[in-house]
Amino acid sequence: MPESFRLEFPSEELAVRRALERLRHWLLAAGWDGAVPGKVELVLGEVLNNVVEHAYDGKMDGLIVLSCRARGAGLAFDVKDAGREMPGLALPKRRPAKLDCALDDLPEGGFGWFMVHELTEDLAYHRVAGRNALTFSVIPDDQR
Amino acid sequence: MDLQSSETADMQIVTVNEARIDAAVAIRFKDRMREVTGTGAPHVILDLAQVDFIDSSGLGAIVAAMKQLGATRRLDLAGLSANVDRVFRLTRMDSVFTIHDDVAQAQAVYAG
Repeated sequence: MPESFRLEFPSEELAVRRALERLRHWLLAAGWDGAVPGKVELVLGEVLNNVVEHAYDGKMDGLIVLSCRARGAGLAFDVKDAGREMPGLALPKRRPAKLDCALDDLPEGGFGWFMVHELTEDLAYHRVAGRNALTFSVIPDDQR
Repeated sequence: MDLQSSETADMQIVTVNEARIDAAVAIRFKDRMREVTGTGAPHVILDLAQVDFIDSSGLGAIVAAMKQLGATRRLDLAGLSANVDRVFRLTRMDSVFTIHDDVAQAQAVYAG
């Protein structure tokens, strides 16, 4: 089993689905079990769909490059795209959705980045040479 | 988006016959929920036992489906896998929805 995983795919929701499926198979084959594959899929789903919807703004011909390798007790990820930069050149803040409101006012979005912050370590964003690079780690709960 | 609905006098069970409610299908899910829950019982139970992945878009669509029911009807959830349960706990949405272990437990709660 190779120690790293790398995949290039277009900025399109079903391509993201296929990428997540291939990553899950690689993780299982590499011996990752318990909560790790589920947490990774949730984090990567949010990150990659954000690239599709915001960085590439729904354009389906953008390139996304996903890499993953084992590091320490966990997994280190690197997601690159050539789409639009993050607003303010910064990561969205760790902000939980406000739920103390009337039913009709409950939020239907804004959960994604909060979950990414909650489930990752060392989350960092860089804009270099017109490209976005997001790096983070996912570590098993008993090693955090 | 394959949703299956069955109904008794005061309870409707909507079963999601899909493995994922994600960004690719969230809008279809919300629209299908509007169709199947347009009229009916005061309690709607969404059976998620076959779903092993929900992302933030899917979560938003479930919240939207609850709001579509209006103020007098309730949407409960049943049969959450560990991965799905994690999303509700992380976002604290487990405090908004009533969550049952499975459909049988929901039926017991609302029987009679």
